Amino acid sequence: MSGHTDTYHEEPFWRKYIFSIDHKVIGIQYGITALVFLLFGFTLMMLMRWQLAYPEQPMPWFGWLFGEEGVMLPEVYNSLGAMHGTIMIFLGVVPLAVGAFGNYFVPLQIGAPDMAFPKLNMSSYWCYLAGGIVMMVGFFVPGGAANSGWTSYPPLSDIATTGQTVWLFGMVLLITSSLLGSVNTITTIVQLRAKGLTWMRLPFFVWTQFITGFLLLLAFPPLEAAGVLQLMDRLAGTSFFLPSGLVVSGELLDVSGGGSPLLWQHLFWFLAHPEVYVLILPAMGIVGEILANNTRKPLWGYKSIVYASSFLGFMSFVVWAHHMFMTGMGSTISAFFQTTTMIISIPSVVILTAMFISLWGGSIRYNTAMLFALGFLPMFGIGGLTGLPLGIAASDIHLHDTYYVIGHFHYVVAPGTIFALFAGIYYWFPKMTGKVLNERLGKIHFWTSMIFINGIFMPMFIQGLAGVSRRLWDGGISYAHATDTFYLNEMMSTSAWLLGLAQIPFIINLIMSLKSGEKANDNHWEATTLEWTDAPSPPLPHRNFEIIPEVHRGPYEYSVPGSDKGFIPQSEA
Amino acid sequence: MSGHSVEDIKKSVKVYIGVFASLAVLTVVTVAASYLDLGSGEAFFLAMIIASVKGTLVAGYFMHLFTERTTILAVLGLTFFFLLTIMFLPYIAFTDQAGV
Amino acid sequence: MEIPYNVEERQDTGMYNAKLGIWLFLASEVMLFGGLFSAYVFLRMGDITGTFASGSQELNVPLATFNTLVLITSSVTMIMSWVSLKLGDMKKFKMHLGSTLLLAGVFLVVKYFEYSAKFHHGIYPDTSTFFSIYFTLTGLHMIHILGGMVVIFYFLVPGSKMMKTEPERFTNRIETVGLYWHFVDLVWIFLFPVLYLL
Ligand code: HEM
Ligand SMILES: [Cu+2]
Repeated sequence: MSGHTDTYHEEPFWRKYIFSIDHKVIGIQYGITALVFLLFGFTLMMLMRWQLAYPEQPMPWFGWLFGEEGVMLPEVYNSLGAMHGTIMIFLGVVPLAVGAFGNYFVPLQIGAPDMAFPKLNMSSYWCYLAGGIVMMVGFFVPGGAANSGWTSYPPLSDIATTGQTVWLFGMVLLITSSLLGSVNTITTIVQLRAKGLTWMRLPFFVWTQFITGFLLLLAFPPLEAAGVLQLMDRLAGTSFFLPSGLVVSGELLDVSGGGSPLLWQHLFWFLAHPEVYVLILPAMGIVGEILANNTRKPLWGYKSIVYASSFLGFMSFVVWAHHMFMTGMGSTISAFFQTTTMIISIPSVVILTAMFISLWGGSIRYNTAMLFALGFLPMFGIGGLTGLPLGIAASDIHLHDTYYVIGHFHYVVAPGTIFALFAGIYYWFPKMTGKVLNERLGKIHFWTSMIFINGIFMPMFIQGLAGVSRRLWDGGISYAHATDTFYLNEMMSTSAWLLGLAQIPFIINLIMSLKSGEKANDNHWEATTLEWTDAPSPPLPHRNFEIIPEVHRGPYEYSVPGSDKGFIPQSEA
Repeated sequence: MSGHSVEDIKKSVKVYIGVFASLAVLTVVTVAASYLDLGSGEAFFLAMIIASVKGTLVAGYFMHLFTERTTILAVLGLTFFFLLTIMFLPYIAFTDQAGV
Repeated sequence: MEIPYNVEERQDTGMYNAKLGIWLFLASEVMLFGGLFSAYVFLRMGDITGTFASGSQELNVPLATFNTLVLITSSVTMIMSWVSLKLGDMKKFKMHLGSTLLLAGVFLVVKYFEYSAKFHHGIYPDTSTFFSIYFTLTGLHMIHILGGMVVIFYFLVPGSKMMKTEPERFTNRIETVGLYWHFVDLVWIFLFPVLYLL
């Protein structure tokens, strides 16, 4: 920034850690906040799982919070469900993947001293935090937090309790934060690449952040528009999403009418489909880095996965109505969206296949980061493949809005993205803090998580195929067709609580290693990319590198014949 | 545009004035056209054509898009494609539905 | 630490950072208004009772035409202020930028009269789908005008000091503000026929 000079003076505490404009501090702020929200969203889910396993039985310890005599009220279950979805996606995963990892490592991997707009960077973090706090306020307004699902479908959401208004305000802040962030990321990658760092030499992680930036930039605004329209409906009495002649609880609703609930669905899914790629692309980027590093081999088919990811990003804008097959769309337009959906599965398969092939013949180092990255591959595979029947209109008629859907997308986002994010934490923690995470605790964390997470989500496919609907506060006991699969609920819920316990070693590990962990050297994993080869651990405040590096080669030159170290850093001439 | 010489700038001022005059005239034209007795379809297309011409003038000259860098043009091309998607695909889906 | 290409252009991309930044921001704005126009198209096509056609009859076309001309003029003064900076004429710069601010004010005043006339006749956002979208779209556009006015005011008075210390950077900033302002004008160019004339 102007006015700053290269001579360093000690900054006051608040400048250094709170209102910092250093991308590394902001990245860590994002990371910590997002982890807290993830834990919170996870807790909400653990409460819901009680209700599903033991419907209408009082909950021990916390029961008094959720209804009389400790039995959770249906509307509380709905609130928890909607907020679990919202928090996990908008306050947890995206801020962690983009706000934390993107912010911290994009400048480092491209050899830049900071993001292109440091002050903007700071404001996007504060917008995010404000959005998160507003979301939390929802729990304390009359009627509780938003309870119309994370999708907020009208007409229900239009006439829901005040919590929905709070949700909308929260979303506007979160969207603003994402928009500022994406402008920053894209500009940084285009403008601040180090000398010699051409597009085809970018680490795959940077590519995924670049594409994600465009998804956020162009897909979010229509949801912002829709949010404004829904706010108008709720506050100014308009009827954008309310049709004429709407009857609620046996009474004709007194509104001007003339709107359409389908309009919301279009605007919402125009964001929300690209959003799933926002959740998955950075995860793929992290996994790519870790695979190359720990197989000690170049990423197989680097160019194809770069092209595949770009194509994926592009196509993700024209598939959204596959969420709307059941809205009475005609067969022509259904066929169109079904076709685009089948097309978009191709690049995902290309990426996953390339990553599997990358393992071939490698002498793999099985550290915790690598285990999580390896776990990601089959888990994402299951998530992706189970999505195909949902993208075909005919089979979706049976599967729509069942637990099959819940199982499908959780395989993508939970053992998929979340595992990749864990992998990223284990991989980059030494760079961020100068300390290495404990391997033994890490391995306990991995194996227990892996087992329990499948214990939750695998049975969901069975339940879903049997026809159990999602979003039912009693897990479907009142539906006759559900009874056969009902016995699974207890085991799934137990897995969920055990999964919660399995995070304890991780939390202990974070704290212990930070205090008394093994010291990391600058290039702890013998990696080739700039953040490891040219910056100390942790990188220098405000400028990252002692000398801004120059780049001479591609990102993954491992096992190069004839090189004495076995790998050649990008910055080596 | 830092490469612009004083000469160039003086020349472009004339262009700006010309654009301004065209915009003003087109505004009057579009209002006048709205009083013509056209079918709603024709009226819509006429109004949109005039608005697009005006928009192109503003974007092309005032916002320098006619001489802008390819990176920016590429970003805007992408945006324009998605703009068309969000504007018309929901509507197309709607008509398909209405025709069931 | 100085961020590279804050002021000067990067050779291979030919841009300074803020130039790309503002265009990315505008791209997202295009999608924001795109979403709203999409709502307009969608609702109008489903409008069996004809509130769109009858509603736009009630709007004041002469006032809106006047306002269109006001905005166009403000775009011209905006670009002239940037031209004056390029020529190093600070006085003219202030005059042009000041007129832009003034014209923006005129636009808002006219809009105020339009709105209050509607309220006076008992027309509110919940009157019909047409007025819902009319108030939402013009309201959001006005917020953009207001935001632009704040920024313009900043560069007119406190921010213009930068011209003395970092003239090139200041010129770049005015260019980016100008891009935003033309965009707001551009949106109005489409809003005007869509709401008032069709
Ligand atoms: C790893 C642990 C997780 C578990 C055990 C879990 C469990 C659940 C369950 C049981 C539901 C269904 C509630 C119902 O339909 O009644 C649900 C819904 C949902 N979850 Fe998760 N979840 C986890 C992580 C995540 C993550 C990481 C994300 C997103 C990134 C996420 C996003 C969602 C969404 C969007 C919904 C739908 C909410 C709605 O119906 O509106 N979940 N989750
Ligand atoms: Cu989708």
